[in-house]
Amino acid sequence: MSAPQSQNRHLPDRLQTPMARMLRSWEALLVVVFILIFTANSFASPYFLNVWNLSDATFNFTEKAMIAFAMAMLIIAGEIDLSVASIIALASTAMGLVMSAGYGVPVIVLAGIATGLICGAINGALVAGMNLPSIVVTIGTMSLFRGVSFIILGDQAFTGYPKEFAFFGQGYVFWVISFELFLFAVTAVIFYILLHRTNFGRTIYVIGNNPVGALFSGVRVARVRFILFLLTGLMSGVAAVCLTSRLGSTRPSIATGMELEIITMVVLGGVNILGGSGSILGVVLAAFIMGMVTFGIGLLNVPGIVMSIFLGLLLIAVIAAPKLIWRK
Amino acid sequence: MKAALTSRDALLTYAIIAMTAGIAYRFPAFITPSSLANTFNDTAPLMILVIGQMIVILTKCIDLSVAATLALTGMVAALLDGAGVPLALVIPAAIALGAILGMINGLLVWRVGIPSIVVTLGTMTIYRGVIFLMTNGKWVNAHEMSDAFKALPRLHVLGLPMMSWGAIAVIAVFAVVMTRTVLGRSFYAVGGNPHAAVYAGIDVGRTQFAAFTISGALAGLVGYLWVSRYAVAYVDVAGGFELDVVAACVIGGISIAGGIGGVRGAILGCIFLGIIKNALPVIGVSPFWQMAISGTAIVLAVAVNALQNRPKGRLILKPDVPPSAQKVQA
Repeated sequence: MSAPQSQNRHLPDRLQTPMARMLRSWEALLVVVFILIFTANSFASPYFLNVWNLSDATFNFTEKAMIAFAMAMLIIAGEIDLSVASIIALASTAMGLVMSAGYGVPVIVLAGIATGLICGAINGALVAGMNLPSIVVTIGTMSLFRGVSFIILGDQAFTGYPKEFAFFGQGYVFWVISFELFLFAVTAVIFYILLHRTNFGRTIYVIGNNPVGALFSGVRVARVRFILFLLTGLMSGVAAVCLTSRLGSTRPSIATGMELEIITMVVLGGVNILGGSGSILGVVLAAFIMGMVTFGIGLLNVPGIVMSIFLGLLLIAVIAAPKLIWRK
Repeated sequence: MKAALTSRDALLTYAIIAMTAGIAYRFPAFITPSSLANTFNDTAPLMILVIGQMIVILTKCIDLSVAATLALTGMVAALLDGAGVPLALVIPAAIALGAILGMINGLLVWRVGIPSIVVTLGTMTIYRGVIFLMTNGKWVNAHEMSDAFKALPRLHVLGLPMMSWGAIAVIAVFAVVMTRTVLGRSFYAVGGNPHAAVYAGIDVGRTQFAAFTISGALAGLVGYLWVSRYAVAYVDVAGGFELDVVAACVIGGISIAGGIGGVRGAILGCIFLGIIKNALPVIGVSPFWQMAISGTAIVLAVAVNALQNRPKGRLILKPDVPPSAQKVQA
C-alpha cells in the first residue's frame, strides 16, 4: 500500500537463526498448506491417491508454471506481463499456419517458440526501450496479439497436427513422468539458478527494490528489463507448444484468462506484487498447491467455476492471513 | 489557447474526428444523427464504468473486478425482478449491491493492506463464481423478465434512450464531483502525492475505499442496464469487459501511476473505442479485427502519452526510470 503510515522500526536484539527463519518463511507456510490440501483431498476422494491420477493432475499446472517462473522474475523486477495468454494464442496460431503449410514437427515447434520470442521482444522494446508502464503496454499487446490470432483464424480452428507432435503435451519420458512434468522440473532448476545463483538474478532484485539506485550502481536497467520480457515471451512460446500439443488444436480463444491464473500462482508463491522479493521455490510450491486444489475439487465433480472461487479465496486469504496475524 | 489546442484531449478529439470523417467519406450513413445516437447508446455502459475505473486509477489502484461486479448485480437484479420485486426497488438494490461489492474490495485494500491488483484479481473470480452458485449456471432469459424491467433502458426521452441518459447523468455528476468537491480533489491528491495528501489531512486508505465504493456502485447500475437491455443474464455476462474499461481509461490519458486524468479524457477514450466497435461492421471489416485494433490503439495511446509527458530541459543523467513509468501501486 502506498499509504505512508508511520511505522515503529522494530530492531531485534539478534538475528533469527537460519532454522527459525526457514520455519517462519513463506515457503514453509506453503508447504503446510500443501500438506493440508493433499490430506484433505486423500480423504475426500478414494481416487486421489493413485499415481496415474496424480500424474494427470500435474497437467493442470505445468504449462502455467513454466510461464510463472519467468513472470515471477518480471514481477520481482517491478514489471508485469498481462499478455502471456495472448502470446500463447498467437504462437499456437503460428504453429497452425506452419503446420497447414505442410512443415514437420521441428519447424512447428520452432515457429511457436520464435513467435513467443518476437512477442516478448515487442513488449520489451515498448517497456524498456520507450520507458512505458508495463501494465498498460501489456494490456494493449494482450488485445493485439490475440487480436491478430482472431484476424487469422476468425471462428475457425487449426486441427490435424502430426502424430509425433502430440509427444510434447501427451508423451511420457519415464513411467508416470510426463514430458511436461519433466520440462517443468528442468525449467524450475534453470530459473532457480538464474534468479538465485547469478549476478543477473541479483540485479533483478536490485531493480525491483530501487530502480534508480540500480541505475546509479551501474546496472543496465533497460537491458535487464528487455531480457526479462524476452524470457517471458520465450516461456509463453514453450507453453504454447505444450498446450497446443496437448489439445491437438488451435483456436484463437485458447488459454483465455490464463494470465490471471499465472499471476495468482506467482503471488501465491510469495512474490511481492510490488516487486523486490520472491523466490522460485515459492512459485513451484504455489504451482503444486493450485494444481492439487483444482484436481481435488475436480475429483469431487465440482464445476470449474466453483474451483475458481476457491482459487480466488485462496489468493486473498494467503496474502491477508500473515498481514492480519502479524499486525502490530 | 495553444496549450488547449495541443493538449492530450485535443489530440484525441482530432483523432476521433479524423476517424469519423474517414468513415463518413465512404459511408455517409454512419454520421446520421440516429446512427451516432446508436453508437453513443452502445457505448453508454462503457462510459459509466470508465468513470468509476478512472477514480480508482487516480488513487493509484486498479479495479479488475468491475465486469464481474456488473455480472453479479445484473443477475441479482434479474432474479429480484423474477421474484416480483418492483423496478423502483430493483435498481437501488442493484446499485447498493454493487457498492457493497466495491466496499469489499476497498476494505481489503484499506484495512488489510493487500495491493489492489491482487484483491480485484481474486474478487473478480469470486464474484463470477457466486453467480454460478446462485443459479447453478442457468440463464435468466427474456421471457422470465417483466416488461417494465426490460423497457426502461429502451424508453426514449427527448429522442435518446434512458440508457444514454443514464450515462449522461453519471458523466455530469462526476464532472462536478471531480472538479468541485473535496472528495473529488482528494482522489487527485492521493494519487498525485500520497505523502503530501497525508500532511494535507487526507486519509489515503479511506479515499481509496471511497473510490472502490463508487466504482462498485456504478458497476451495479450498469449491471441492471446491461442485463435489461440485452434481456439475458448468465455467468459470463460482460466477460473480459474490465480490460475494455481499463483500455478506455488509458486511451483517455488517465495515468496508471495515479493522479493524472479527468472525466473528459476518459469519455473521449470511450468514444474512440465505441466508434471503432460500431464502425467496423459498417465499413465491412470483420469484427474479428476489433481486438487487434483496440490493442494497437492502447499501445499508441500510451506511447503518445509518454512522449507528451517527457520532462523538458537539459538532463544531466538520462532518467531511465521516470516516476510516471513506475509500477502501479497498491
